[in-house]
Amino acid sequence: MFDITFGLLPPTIVDLIIDATQQTLYMVAVSGALGTLIGLPLGVFLATSRAGELFAAPWLNQTLGLVVNAARSTPFIILVVAIIPFTRLVAGTSIGTSAAIVPLTVAAAPFIARLIEAAIREVDQGLVEAARAMGASPIQIVAKVLLPEALPAITLALTLAAVSLLGYSAMVGAVGGGGLGDLGIRFGYQRFMPEVMAAVVIVLILLVQAVQTLGDLLARRLDKRSRG
Amino acid sequence: MNAPLTLAAAVPTLPEPSVSAAALPVPARSIIRFERVAKTFPARRGHAAVHALSDITLDVPEGAILGVIGRSGAGKSTLIRLVNGLEKPTGGRVLVDDVDIGALDEAALRKERRSIGMIFQHFNLLARRTAFDNVALPLEIAGVPRAEIKARVEPLLDLVGLSDKRDRYPAELSGGQKQRVGIARALATKPRVLLSDEATSALDPETTEQILALLRRVNAELNLTVLLITHEMAVIKAVADKVAVIDGGRIVEDGATYEVFARPRHPTTRSFLAALTAKSLPRRVAERLSAEPRDGRDQAVLRIVFTGEHAQDPVLSRVSRLLSVDVNIIQAQVDEIAGTPFGVIVVSVPGDAPTVSAVINAVERLNLTAEVLGYV
Repeated sequence: MFDITFGLLPPTIVDLIIDATQQTLYMVAVSGALGTLIGLPLGVFLATSRAGELFAAPWLNQTLGLVVNAARSTPFIILVVAIIPFTRLVAGTSIGTSAAIVPLTVAAAPFIARLIEAAIREVDQGLVEAARAMGASPIQIVAKVLLPEALPAITLALTLAAVSLLGYSAMVGAVGGGGLGDLGIRFGYQRFMPEVMAAVVIVLILLVQAVQTLGDLLARRLDKRSRG
Repeated sequence: MNAPLTLAAAVPTLPEPSVSAAALPVPARSIIRFERVAKTFPARRGHAAVHALSDITLDVPEGAILGVIGRSGAGKSTLIRLVNGLEKPTGGRVLVDDVDIGALDEAALRKERRSIGMIFQHFNLLARRTAFDNVALPLEIAGVPRAEIKARVEPLLDLVGLSDKRDRYPAELSGGQKQRVGIARALATKPRVLLSDEATSALDPETTEQILALLRRVNAELNLTVLLITHEMAVIKAVADKVAVIDGGRIVEDGATYEVFARPRHPTTRSFLAALTAKSLPRRVAERLSAEPRDGRDQAVLRIVFTGEHAQDPVLSRVSRLLSVDVNIIQAQVDEIAGTPFGVIVVSVPGDAPTVSAVINAVERLNLTAEVLGYV
């Protein structure tokens, strides 16, 4: 196989980096998907349940808002350790890459919910009024107006969430989650191998660039507002 | 013009167009009826309760275009939103086709809204839907099958003259084109009533004229009743059969547009009309116009309205001879309002109070109206 490191790193280290990259991608992809699954409906609800809104439930809105804020204000590394019993309950174990998905999801869901809420709130209220005037039900307004109109903003929000998850995933080495961050700490820092650290950073930069570029491109294609 | 043909295709199940309201021996029945309607917004943190509307009684005859004119904050937006239940009255009833809108539950209201189209000042088109898909939206909401939607949307785009823009997104359309899409969308569910919320206020005068002509056309050809709100007298003049003037949440004057233009009774109406006239005054006059006389040598600018039956009378020369005052014509024009010729002459006379009131008296004795626009 062609050596992409031009001989700077021994093949064993290259294998380690490839493994770690796969672990990182796996954790980010699964926790991102699960976080979206929870965060999207939560965000839509937060954006539409204040007094006088489509699904008006001010008390539930405030309660959920508090829970979301609490989850978001806990530093991720604390969260990882604090929810170990929950992680064990869900994943059957509290260590390993799959187990790390639990705290990543718990951190991602409220973050994504807030981003989705902001994206939905950006939709012109005039469109909601127009849809109501057409006889649309609240569910139809969400499905046919709010989500489709917010789609470019939602795409950017999920891109941001994915980039943040790449960062978070570096910390799950603390519970044996593996991944690029863990590799960087164990080899680059603890074993004094700066070339490994450099390789890890470069791979992370490339991943973030790729995710951001893809997200921007997709959002731009979805956005029909800026055409001549 | 092959318009009726196009329309027949757009709305195949439409009943025969009725005879125009004026030709009927009995007044057309009301399709929208406000019965002593009040709307109060409850007090909120630090703000007192707002009485947006009080004691509104108003009938919109079937097939008519009724314009409600008022300044911002007069309550006209609230008034139009009561018709499709976007707001609920806190007193009285709003009836649409004899259905009490305020008494409907959400599901029944949603169904009722399909027979009430609405267009908006800022068009409120979905940015991520093409013109075609925007018009299709109310049909999708109503659960109309895909194939039928296509058959309904295309004639509507044709009707508003946008067949060639069917796959364009709103950002690629001009303001007038966007409002045409808005009108097509409002007509998609074959409503009996069209609500127009300042639909031309964001458009330039020429586009405004085109949109108003389109409203006139759908009104006449689909026998669609139109309730529109506006802050521009020019809009009322161009399309409304009837007008209601709203001020401080109350209707201060209403009637046939021609009558209200010819004989405005309320000061609010007069000021709207004066603004309309002043806009068309020659620049040299408009620029110098002041509300009060500045000195004894000022001339008073009067607006005299001629209605059909007096259009032939030599009013000015008679007044001039009778009072021995010099009457100087600044501007004269004959308009048509709701199909009746309508003359407006703007004159200047010596601005001292006795002369001005003598001239006004003399004009009013001839059954015309005169009012002071200002002094130059």
